[in-house]
Formats: sequence, structure tokens, C-alpha cells
Amino acid sequence: MSPFAAALRAEFTKTFTTRIWWILLLVMFGYLALLAGGISFGLAGLNSARPELAQQGGEGSVAGLPLALVAPVVYSLATAVGYVFPVLLGSLAVTNEFRHKTLTPTFLATPKRGASLAAKWGTMLVLGALYGVVALIGTVGVGALGFAVFGLDSQLGDGDIQALLARAVLAMALWAVVGVGLGVLVPSQVGSIVLILAFTQFVEPILRLAGGFADWAGEVARFLPGAASDSLVGASIYSVISGSGVAALEWWQGGLVLAAYAIALAALGYAVSWRRDVT
Amino acid sequence: MPTGVPIEFRGVSKRFGSVQAVTDLDFTVQPGRVTGFLGPNGAGKTTSLRMLLGLVTPTSGTATIGGRDYRSLERPVAVVGAALEAASFHPGRSGRDSLRVHALAGGVDAARVHTVLDTVGLTDYAGRRVGGYSLGMRQRLGLATALLGDPGVLVLDEPINGLDPEGIKWIRGFLRSLAGEGRTVLVSSHLLSEVHQTVDEVVIIAKGRLVHSGPLSSLETMTGGAVVVDSPDRAALLVALHAGGLAGKASRDGIVVPGADPAAIGHLAFRAGVELSALYRESGASDLESSFLALVGEEGAL
Repeated sequence: MSPFAAALRAEFTKTFTTRIWWILLLVMFGYLALLAGGISFGLAGLNSARPELAQQGGEGSVAGLPLALVAPVVYSLATAVGYVFPVLLGSLAVTNEFRHKTLTPTFLATPKRGASLAAKWGTMLVLGALYGVVALIGTVGVGALGFAVFGLDSQLGDGDIQALLARAVLAMALWAVVGVGLGVLVPSQVGSIVLILAFTQFVEPILRLAGGFADWAGEVARFLPGAASDSLVGASIYSVISGSGVAALEWWQGGLVLAAYAIALAALGYAVSWRRDVT
Repeated sequence: MPTGVPIEFRGVSKRFGSVQAVTDLDFTVQPGRVTGFLGPNGAGKTTSLRMLLGLVTPTSGTATIGGRDYRSLERPVAVVGAALEAASFHPGRSGRDSLRVHALAGGVDAARVHTVLDTVGLTDYAGRRVGGYSLGMRQRLGLATALLGDPGVLVLDEPINGLDPEGIKWIRGFLRSLAGEGRTVLVSSHLLSEVHQTVDEVVIIAKGRLVHSGPLSSLETMTGGAVVVDSPDRAALLVALHAGGLAGKASRDGIVVPGADPAAIGHLAFRAGVELSALYRESGASDLESSFLALVGEEGAL
């Protein structure tokens, strides 16, 4: 077996033999299910409590808004809000090695540093996809239930929605490897977590909001990782809120931008920390 | 049975920024023997071992195993088994799972996990998370990790640290049996007394430089049978020794006089009217220890 294949198997076992992967997964699922349920049950409930709203919106609407717009926004909460979880998982997979000094056995077994980082990257890509599936079970499962309980069309039969769900899984996979890249770039565990939370919850939302005020800012903002991810998926609660005048990227462009972030961060991190002396 | 290959350091130096950690290290470790890699804390032992294992890149020189660089080995775990730090385990992972991960990464048959757990006596604690292990248990897990690939070369950094007396007795016998099978065994320690019953060869470094290498017995002959003598009035004793043409050096046990005859010293003291509180020929072990201390320097004995 090649060093890479062996390291890949070891990385999966590493992930599944500590608790953090399912703790993060459970928290993500609960959070997203609650959020999606709140919006879908809330709007659908409002729709049935206020018949004049339903009448105003007509067929295929909920609380005066078209279902074809609301449903994707609810389902895409999986990525628009949930993306921070695979990022954290990916960064922890790296920073744990530094924190607990397990880089020593890792590099003893796989002295080819590039192979060992590539194995971690590959493992987290798969784990990210798993997070994507679970996140969608949360948002789609509970969200569609909310619409269905009040007799509304969940839109799940729509081919566009199905494609959106598939792209959401890809986005979550890419986010996990963005996390790996951040982890090698900032090997301090606390530093990494603070950076991720500050950027995803505060810095990027503000920048994207600012992007809505001027075209040149919007031009830049659509290349931010979160915006690229939303373009890849094709819907996001943020796009609805900020409503920039600049057209978002095509879905495949968004995917390439996000993948470029993941690769560039890992390459940079490899030079900064991964290939260094382990003392 | 895997056979050992020599470990060779050839002109190895390492500089970390402005700190010269290791300078021009040159020695060979032969298979079939237990070699003690000795030196005070901070002498550069761990850095040297990490260079050998491809974890630290030497500034100059080469450290090889059977003539090959560690990083160029196909399945390093099956060639060299290493235990470096007692703390290199994820505290949330069980001992058994830590070994499973290492076995997978190293391409080692999973059945070996069970075998090595048994060898080091950890089977009963294998399911417990490493965070709940004592230092001694972590040392055993480290040794189990080193043994996973049934390697011909073993590199162990301070393996005796933290073991209880029973564990120390066990590991001494175990290391001897590994060398007896023809393997290369390199064991570091900052205490000669900790390993002198186990090692055949010694490599001694101080301040990053090689100060001595050879068989253990080469340390004995260095001092040539010193005599320890002491008196309630040390000053008077030193004067009497000096008058008799003998040079004494004060130590904690008394005044050490190299290459002297106890009877002659007793006679000198009697003639000078100096009361003696101790007079004996230094025993083997403390003889080795004083050679060791003389080599690494007084300030090195932290």
C-alpha cells in the first residue's frame, strides 16, 4: 500500500476514534433543524393564520412570499449558516496534532510530509460531505415538514432544488478542507478557532453587507469565501438580506473560488508549519 | 526475526536560530548491543534522535539507519521503532485506538496491536482513554508503539522515566533480550545510574558535542580505581594528602583521590594526626558516575 493510502486509512480512524466529530455534528444538526423549523413552521403557520396574506400571494406562496424563493433559502441554511461546523472540524483535525504533539507519531509513520497532509485533506473532504448530508437532513427534513404540515408544496420535486442540495454537499466538503488549510496556516488551536469564528460570524457578513452599498465593493465581496459558497449552492439567506447590485458568481465559478481557497491555504500552511522541524 | 542495522551519525550539526543545539556529532551504534545515549538535560540528545528520525532537518551532516535516510524508508515503522515523548498521544483516544492508527499509517498488520499491548502489559487498560493514563502507562504505550512494526532498530528517548521499580526491572531485561535477538537498541538517558546495568556501549554528549563513546567498561578504566577519604577536618586532610604528594578533589561523599592506595592514605593521615571518618575504594557504579560527571562537566549535572 502506498504511504498516501495508508495515511488516508489512518486519518479516517483518527477522526472516528475521538469524540469531536460527532459532537460537532450533533450541535450542527440541532442548530440547523431548529433554525429551518423556526422559519418554515413560522411562515407556514402565519400563512394559515392570516388567510389574506395567502390570498395576496396566490398559489404557491407562503405568507405572501413565493415558495420557490422561500424553500431554497430554508434548505440552504445548511451551508449559509452551517458551514462553520465543517471548517471547525477541518481545523481541529490539524491543530489537535500540534496541540497534543501527535505530529511526532504521525510523521514517524508517514515521513513524507506532503502525503500526510494530502491524506488529511482527503479525509476531511469526505467528512465535510458527510456533514453536508447531515446538515441537509436537518434543514430539508424539518423545513419541508413545516411546509407539508400546513399543506404547502415543499418544492422537493423540483429538479433545481435537487441540484441545489447536491451542490450544498459539495460546498460543505470544500469548507472542511478550507478548515484544514486554516489549521496548518494557524496551528495554534485557540488562534484558529478565534479566527474562524471572528471571520465567519462577524467579518465576512459585514464585508458582504458593505458590498451591497457600492458596485466596486460588491465586485470584491462576491469573491469572499462565504459569497463564493453561496454562489456555488445557488441560494442563501445572506443574498436575500444584502441584495447586492452586482451579479453573484455562477455556481461553478463559486465552486472553483472556494476550492482555490482550500488549496491555497493548505499550500501556504504546508510551507509555514507542516514541513517544519518537529521538536 | 528482524535483524538490526547500524545507526550512523556523520558530522551532524543543528542550529535553531542563534542556538547551536548539536555540533559535529559523529558516532556509530552497532546492532546486537544496547547503547546508552547519555548526557545532561539540554545536551542535545532529543534533537539528535529527532534528526535521526526525520523529524528535524540537520543543518549539516547525515544521520542514517542502515545507510538510509529515515525519510527515504518505504515502511519506516517496520524498520525503526521509536518512542520519543511520553505525552505524544491524543488524550481523548484509547491506548488501543492510538496503536491502531499507528498500525494503519505504518502499514502494519492490525493483529500486532494485540501482541504489543500484551508485551508491555497494557491489555487491561487498552480501552481506557490515554488522558487517564499514568506516566508509567504512557511510557509502556510509547514502547508498544515502537514495537508495532517488529523493527530491527529501536530508538527510545528516556524510556525509564516515570516507571515504577518493577517496570524498571522489566524494561531492563526486555531491552537486553531485544539486543540479544540481534536488534539495534539505542536508549537515551540523562542519568548513567539509570542505565548502567542495561547498556553495553555508551555514547556521551555534553553541550551538543560528543565527549566519549565506547564500551561501558571504558568508563571504569578512565578513573583507575579512586579512593574516597573523608575527615571531620577536611582542610587538615587535604594538607596531609598534599604533603604526601597526592591530589584530592572534594565531592559530596568525601575527598576523591584517583589512583591511590587506601592503606597509603591511612598511613598519611595517621602520621599527620588527622582523624578519618571514611576511607574506601570507590565501587564500580559510583566510579562510572564520577567518570560520567567528569566528562560532561560539573555544570552539566543538572
